[in-house]
Amino acid sequence: MPSMTYGEAIRDALAVALARDPAVLVYGLGTPDPKGVFGTTLGLQATFGADRVFDMPTSENAMTGIGVGAALGGLRPVLTHQRLDFALLSLDQIVNNAAKWRFMFGGRGSVPLTIRMILGRGWGQGPTHSQNLQSWFAHVPGLCVVAPTTPEDAKGLLLNAIFGEDPVIFLEHRWLHNVTGEAPEGFYRIPFGQARRLRAGADVTVVAMSLMSLEAAHAVDHLAREGLSCDLLDLRSLNPIDWPAIDASVRRTGRLLVVDAGQETGGVAGEIIAHAATRLWGDLRAPPRRLAMPDAPEATSPALTAAYHVRAEHIAAAIAEMLGRSTDTTPLVAARRFPHDVPGDWFRGPF
Amino acid sequence: MTATLPQRLLRDMLRIRAVEEAIAERYAEQKMRCPVHLSIGQEAPAAAAGAALAPTDLAVSGHRAHAHYLAKGGDLKAMIAEIHGKATGCCSGKGGSMHLTDLSAGFVGSTAIVGGTVPVGVGLALARQLAGRGEMVCVFIGDAVLETGVFYESANFAALRRLPVLFLCENNLYSVYSPLSVRQPAGRSLAEAASAMGLNATAGDGNDVLASHDLIAAAAARIRRGEGPQFVELATYRWREHCGPMFDNDIGYRSPAEFEAWRALDPIARLTRQLLAGGGIDNAWLAATSGAIKDEVDAAFAFADASPFPGPEAAFTDIWSPEVAACRR
Ligand SMILES: Cc1ncc(C[n+]2csc(CCOP(=O)(O)OP(=O)(O)O)c2C)c(N)n1
Ligand SMILES: [Mg+2]
Repeated sequence: MPSMTYGEAIRDALAVALARDPAVLVYGLGTPDPKGVFGTTLGLQATFGADRVFDMPTSENAMTGIGVGAALGGLRPVLTHQRLDFALLSLDQIVNNAAKWRFMFGGRGSVPLTIRMILGRGWGQGPTHSQNLQSWFAHVPGLCVVAPTTPEDAKGLLLNAIFGEDPVIFLEHRWLHNVTGEAPEGFYRIPFGQARRLRAGADVTVVAMSLMSLEAAHAVDHLAREGLSCDLLDLRSLNPIDWPAIDASVRRTGRLLVVDAGQETGGVAGEIIAHAATRLWGDLRAPPRRLAMPDAPEATSPALTAAYHVRAEHIAAAIAEMLGRSTDTTPLVAARRFPHDVPGDWFRGPF
Repeated sequence: MTATLPQRLLRDMLRIRAVEEAIAERYAEQKMRCPVHLSIGQEAPAAAAGAALAPTDLAVSGHRAHAHYLAKGGDLKAMIAEIHGKATGCCSGKGGSMHLTDLSAGFVGSTAIVGGTVPVGVGLALARQLAGRGEMVCVFIGDAVLETGVFYESANFAALRRLPVLFLCENNLYSVYSPLSVRQPAGRSLAEAASAMGLNATAGDGNDVLASHDLIAAAAARIRRGEGPQFVELATYRWREHCGPMFDNDIGYRSPAEFEAWRALDPIARLTRQLLAGGGIDNAWLAATSGAIKDEVDAAFAFADASPFPGPEAAFTDIWSPEVAACRR
């Protein structure tokens, strides 16, 4: 399998989809511009033409409704927002039309619309460029919500979104765009509703999503060196959720930690813990735990974000605590050689 | 000696440019850790509005708001400190460059979602009208705002209620790297679109600060006479990249020739030449003014540098009212 970045995997999925089916459209603010949405749409207009790959006015709500209509009319549109926060202008079309169409017309008509939303963080993205509102979308019946972590999953889930028959909220974290991994060539689909086991273990079940799955993997690897074994599930799909995978794991470990990339109150982690408390009560050997963003907006000042996000050391400490152990997390902190508000050395600001 | 209007306009433009260039120059130091959208090249509409509005009038703006904040009288030190994420910033470090406020100057707020403050400005105008007060509200917008639904909805209500609101549109031809040609139909005039919504609309050269001032002052006078909402479109051009300190004419979305043509229309050089030739200023005035501005800008950066960062607890304050915060345990 070729190695590629997450961003390249997304671009690859779009190119494969556009080549495979003339019904596929790719549009959004900046789609054909020289930066190509962080590289994810670069060159697509040159290859597939301006009828199918195009920029748009700053009209998020209308362009979403137009995507709904285009999908009802037989197309497979992919709409991209450079930040989830901009997509908030289109909540009406997403929630009242895209999500409801199949249901409110008794199954007559479906909306195969894919909406990519990029989640920002750090470098002063601040209160309105950094929101992880996946739970809002996961709350709406009729929408599928996916948040892939690896290049392979990004490509396979995006292709599944495009060629499925449902409206899909496709969440890509800006900090994942430069993560490298292997991904198959050509066309393949990864079905929704399936978690991926990133690490196999017996002591604690750790369920994470998006960027948090990478942080959790660092934590789990650190604990493995200290003899603790964790079963790490990357959720991938936030609606539908892979309950069988979670159930099977928690039945073995008896312990559950959920790491959410969104705010704690009303979040996806709370849903998973409610599920465990109501369905797996007898299997639990310790109270379930969650780690999520605090119930506060992300501020702009780096002084206010230093302790704001959940990082590998917090996850490791929480797992150890659940097992009545302690762990020295200094190596996890020391492994990061760049400031807390950037994803890596490659990021030099400002967006 | 009080400044003449042209002197004030030139001074305000020089000041805005000096601030923006200082930000650009120092951005690589990585101490300003937030996106910045600079107004270098398009200082004239801001300066013109600052002079045409009364200190008690209100203003709101968007992501590219440094110039608007400064022209309206916003505190420079608090803005530079805000961009540095310091506790002394105008939003205590919580908002950064894209969120500025100085209530004492009537600059109510700028936010980062395109079109987001348009209805807020109209609502402020409604409050002013209902209170029977004479002030008006200036809503600073870019050309992309004419693509948002909320603009038309807000304009409609402003026209319906004849609200004291001025929509001041800086048409710099681009939204990020997207030219108007991929966003709006060819031949569309923004002012005509606004006019069709019931706004009294005029358009002019946004790199001619005196002409810009005349248009804005005339619109403001109509608002004060109770003639209802106005729209002024000013054609101008951003010199630097959409977001950040660099130039970006090399990446291919606009030509170096287009940039050079607009740079030749530099609003500051233009007024400077005009005033020097006409005796409105002399070289001594220029040197003294630039020197004073440089000192002020240096002092603002020194203030920001010397200011403390907010303490970690500040990440969790100002979210709810004290009353509600007290019952969240
Ligand atoms: C609703 C929304 N969509 C997209 C963006 C991304 N964005 C930030 S600035 C900008 C350009 C706006 O252009 P314009 O209004 O002409 O202002 P200019 O940058 O030219 O000053 C865009 C699209 C946003 N902030 N909000
Ligand atoms: Mg513009």
